Amino acid sequence: MSALDVAQPGVAQVKRSTRASYVGLVVFVILIGALAVGPFAYLTKGNQQNLVTLFIYIILGTMWNLLAGYAGMVSIGQQAFIGIGAYGIVYAADIVGVGPIVAIPIAMAIAGVIAYLVSFLAFRLSGGYFAIGTWVIAEVIKLLTTQIDTLGAGSGISMTSFRGVKPEIRIATVYWIALVSVVLAVLVTYLLMRSRLGTGFTAVRDDATAAATLGVNVTRSKRIVWVVAAMGCGLAGALLATNTLNVQPDSVFSVQFTAFMIFIVVIGGIGTIEGPILGAIVFFALEHWLTDLGPWYLVILGVIAIVMVLFVPQGLWGLISGKGRISLFPTGLRLTTPADILTKGTNLTINETS
Amino acid sequence: MEWANAVVQGLLLGGLYALLAAGLSLMFGVMRLVNLAHGALAIVAAYLSLVLVQKAGMPPFASIIVVVPIMFAVGWLLQSTLLNGALNRQALAPILVTFGLAVIIQNVLLAVFSADNQSIQLGDLAGASIHLTDSIAIGVFPLITFAVGVLVIFLLQQYMARTKSGRAMRATSDDREAASLMGIDNKRIYALATAIALGIVGIAGTFLGMRTQFNPYFGDVTLIFAFEAVIIGGLGSLWGTLAGGMILGVAQAVGAQAYPSSGVLLGHLVFLAVLAFRPTGLFPKVVNG
Repeated sequence: MSALDVAQPGVAQVKRSTRASYVGLVVFVILIGALAVGPFAYLTKGNQQNLVTLFIYIILGTMWNLLAGYAGMVSIGQQAFIGIGAYGIVYAADIVGVGPIVAIPIAMAIAGVIAYLVSFLAFRLSGGYFAIGTWVIAEVIKLLTTQIDTLGAGSGISMTSFRGVKPEIRIATVYWIALVSVVLAVLVTYLLMRSRLGTGFTAVRDDATAAATLGVNVTRSKRIVWVVAAMGCGLAGALLATNTLNVQPDSVFSVQFTAFMIFIVVIGGIGTIEGPILGAIVFFALEHWLTDLGPWYLVILGVIAIVMVLFVPQGLWGLISGKGRISLFPTGLRLTTPADILTKGTNLTINETS
Repeated sequence: MEWANAVVQGLLLGGLYALLAAGLSLMFGVMRLVNLAHGALAIVAAYLSLVLVQKAGMPPFASIIVVVPIMFAVGWLLQSTLLNGALNRQALAPILVTFGLAVIIQNVLLAVFSADNQSIQLGDLAGASIHLTDSIAIGVFPLITFAVGVLVIFLLQQYMARTKSGRAMRATSDDREAASLMGIDNKRIYALATAIALGIVGIAGTFLGMRTQFNPYFGDVTLIFAFEAVIIGGLGSLWGTLAGGMILGVAQAVGAQAYPSSGVLLGHLVFLAVLAFRPTGLFPKVVNG
């Protein structure tokens, strides 16, 4: 954002930021500020717990989008890392005794290390078989977890390190942690996608072979995305445990979470930063409105997801943004060419700004 | 001798897994489509058979004669309406659409039949067995299942190798554009492949329902077991899939013999070991059929 950012006559510019992204930045800062003061002012305990659920959905959607939308990997096994995050925080906070806040990065690190290790198995498969392979790995991690007596074996474990803390303080603390987490998750994803690495990921998604010939280390890029997404899901799992204070293996390792992630991303719009945020809000609202319908609620979501994939592949955000012309979190670069260059054919000077 | 018995039971169970896996293998082989709704569709077949037996009073084995054509028609419709469309869109579309379909099917089954366990009653046949030695007994029903599994694999292979439409499927699999230039209607071939795959799923699902208790959630493990059989055996080889199913069956039976709750886990671990050391599977074959 130097002097180069000011349009100079006869000079074409490559830039990332747009008017929409500046407006978006201001709106987001105000929104986050308003959410941050919420517990002092207008948010009840119930509101805060609901918002934590929404923040968890945004993190999950963002992570699944990072995998599928940017790196082209459809995983049905992300519940593995949600479960590891949930068990990880309880283990670190209660059993090791480091306290719940320090336990969150520890839980994420455990998820990241396990993701790194299993990537060597999962990456032997691709496409749809990769999807089922990740699911098998998640099942194995669940079955192994339920063999560990310290973690409550098959019956699960409760989080005790918040005991003695007043409920309103506990709930507000969890809420703020979740708010910081969701901002960080989106920010990290955004910065990752803007980086050289991110450009590489997009290239890998669009054509892995061509990307490889241009010097993108495909497997390494995929592994980084895989580990980051696992850590994000671990974070979501840790937040889940602090919000519910109870970790059940069949619940935290449920493939349903991955189904939710897919709905969120497909409804919101795959391959954009904004899509999963919008998708999570829509999904959260649908869940509240349709929850009385029992199984039919998931039937409706399934139908919506299929219709979106087939007929609105760019998602709701794609519809709103006019196929990417408006971008609140611009990851790509765009070329602005003053009209006179095109008509007069003056020498094209390209100044790169951010 | 308990261990020998477990191995025998596992080998027979492999016949059922091969039946479940054959359709998955066929659809992937012909159109590179991994049908994530495969397990859910097998459970649909089990419920169809259950309704025919309970409401219409059909004998369990006779219900197959009705279930298979229904599933065949479902497969044809599914491919020509939904899946052909998905295959023509972005790369992730088929995976996402079939996953959505699995969620829809599972929850419709939950809404209609509830989550209660169901089973298709076999009567006297359920307990009938042939005693080989004092400790090794072969159940008549598992033996029939195994024989049907081998027969279906044999017929499918003969179909792929010898018939005109089987050849067309292999041609489409090898090179879609070239096959199309030779006058093959790819969409019709795909519809036929999915119809046959689901016809086999119809048999598999009915046998599954006769063998064990099931509920709508069973689609998940069914898909996973079928997939493991395919990968253990090696992509593109139908006999490999049968062998893969038998290895998975033995692993699960031996695991369960060692420690009752660890059968499924040992099956998964054998699958992961194959993935680690022989990622192309134990009996790989490049050409389908």
